[in-house]
Amino acid sequence: MALAQHLPALQVILPLISAPLAILFRRAGPAFLIVTAAAWLSFAIAIALFLQVDASGLISYPMGNWQPPWGIEYRLDRLNSFMLVLVSGMAAIVLPYARGSIEREIPHESHYMFYAMLGLCLTGLLGIVITGDAFNLFVFLEVSSLSTYVLIAMGRDRRALTAAYQYLIMGSIGATFIVIGIGFLYLMTGTLNLADMVPRVAVIESSRPGLAALAFISVGVSLKVALFPLHQWLPNAYTYAPSSVSAFLAATATKVALYALIRFYFTVFGDNFVFGKLPLPEFMLILSLFAMLFANAIAIFQDNLKRLFAYSSVGQIGYITLGLSFDSVHGVGASIMHLFNHGVAKGAIFLLIGGAVARMTTRQAAPPAPTFERIAGLSKAMPLTCFGVVLGGLSLIGVPGTAGFVSKWYLVLAAMEKGQWWLVGAILVSSLLAVAYVWRFVEAAYFRAPPAGRETGKEAPFALLIPGWLLILATLWFGLDTSFTAGAALDAAQQLVHSGN
Amino acid sequence: MRDDLVLRVVGRLLIPAILLFALYVQFHGDFGPGGGFQAGVMAAAGIIFYSLIHGLVATRRIVPDWVVETMVAAGVLIYASVGLAGILLGGHYLDYSVLSSDPIHGQHRGIFWVEVGVAVTVCGVMLKIYYMFASRGGAED
Repeated sequence: MALAQHLPALQVILPLISAPLAILFRRAGPAFLIVTAAAWLSFAIAIALFLQVDASGLISYPMGNWQPPWGIEYRLDRLNSFMLVLVSGMAAIVLPYARGSIEREIPHESHYMFYAMLGLCLTGLLGIVITGDAFNLFVFLEVSSLSTYVLIAMGRDRRALTAAYQYLIMGSIGATFIVIGIGFLYLMTGTLNLADMVPRVAVIESSRPGLAALAFISVGVSLKVALFPLHQWLPNAYTYAPSSVSAFLAATATKVALYALIRFYFTVFGDNFVFGKLPLPEFMLILSLFAMLFANAIAIFQDNLKRLFAYSSVGQIGYITLGLSFDSVHGVGASIMHLFNHGVAKGAIFLLIGGAVARMTTRQAAPPAPTFERIAGLSKAMPLTCFGVVLGGLSLIGVPGTAGFVSKWYLVLAAMEKGQWWLVGAILVSSLLAVAYVWRFVEAAYFRAPPAGRETGKEAPFALLIPGWLLILATLWFGLDTSFTAGAALDAAQQLVHSGN
Repeated sequence: MRDDLVLRVVGRLLIPAILLFALYVQFHGDFGPGGGFQAGVMAAAGIIFYSLIHGLVATRRIVPDWVVETMVAAGVLIYASVGLAGILLGGHYLDYSVLSSDPIHGQHRGIFWVEVGVAVTVCGVMLKIYYMFASRGGAED
């Protein structure tokens, strides 16, 4: 029995099994251990799979030994093996953090439920990424979405409930659109296997049902991506969710939806059709510009730090879709890189803010919202937290030496390749907007006097500081050594762009 | 509605029949219409019927919350373990053919346990939803 051969299945199965086990124990301690162990194992598996794909190319795993295209196939190429590392890695970092962080956010008796839901959410996200079957993708999308709604609703603030409800409605509309689109594709091609669909879609894609499928899938996935102007659910969801959930979702959920978009556009429909024959690149370009400029501008005027960085996420998603709309190796490569780089940086920022909030929380009381008023002069009490947030912010701006610079550099490169010099200006302007909101944090935390009456607090708890700083260090590392991110992303883009369909 | 003689008698007659029929649907699912989902719903319906007559408190004594929650988790676990058994016996995940020396018998055995898992979870989820709605607003009887 060669276990290595079953890694694609175990990647998803381990977190899946951890969730019911956590519920069976009905206690926070064992639930935490089980789900964390599953997340770490699945991180290890993701790295192993990444190396395996690196060495031998494609991996295919037939579920239940039903050979594709009849059975469900798990299919790994450069793109999704890279995504698996991001998703499982974030889970592995966020889970140890969650233990300390939810102590004051969630009533103790529902901690085991929290871990179970996080396990399920991880299962769903990993499943979306790894599966090669359209309907299976939808099922995993629902697994991750449903658990996400619960996780957001667990926030202590009562507005978390409305945020979760809003996301539930928007998410359900999105999921319905996706399943209608997949239904059209199945109707026209008679297959659900994504790879098997490719040659069949090429024949029918210009037909009306083919176009309808593309339209439904585009809108549905864009809702999950929070592409401007479908981003309304995101700021509330990130603001009121428990800190660890904000960090995990910001780093993975929209990124996985973007992965699904890339998969449908570049693999299934083929970019020659989507970007060559339809006016989609223009649409995407305009929406991306709106996201980059408007969402970043809105971010500047937020009073709540978590909400500020949530709007900044909408803006950053604009960069990613901008890269896709170029439909070139550098453009798509920049998008895939930015998925990863932004996920790591934004995850780090949310983790650090959560740490600061946990320190500001007094016993039994609900955690206070991290408003600018409250964080005034915070750098004296929490120098490490503030410095970390600033470094993460530099990556959002795209300062050289941080990961954000690398992906933006490739994005600018792709814009110049296309001869679109004005886009370079647009990227610059939106970076300046990012400077503005990061500066607001710097100004408040470093130059303002602490509000009177606040006792000089201490640094955030180390258990919450270390995971955040690990990600900050990763941001710096990937800013200097790009062999992993740029290498994998450009390879994946090479496989995707103009692959002949 | 505990005082309603007709309801109590009808309930006493029907509930065992409903539960028995759930088992029939469960085990006959391989050959005819039915299967784990339907069986789970029916079994839950029998218990909910009991609860409508005798009240939530009495029902919770028979099927306590922890049992319901365990059922929700255990069913998924049974399903997933069938898949893992496939790996341990040298096949792929969820490969039923290796569960027995004869592949056809193995398929049979695999789907049997999968359906058991489905029934347990579905029954648990139905009861959980019912409990949550029924215990709202303090109408505890």
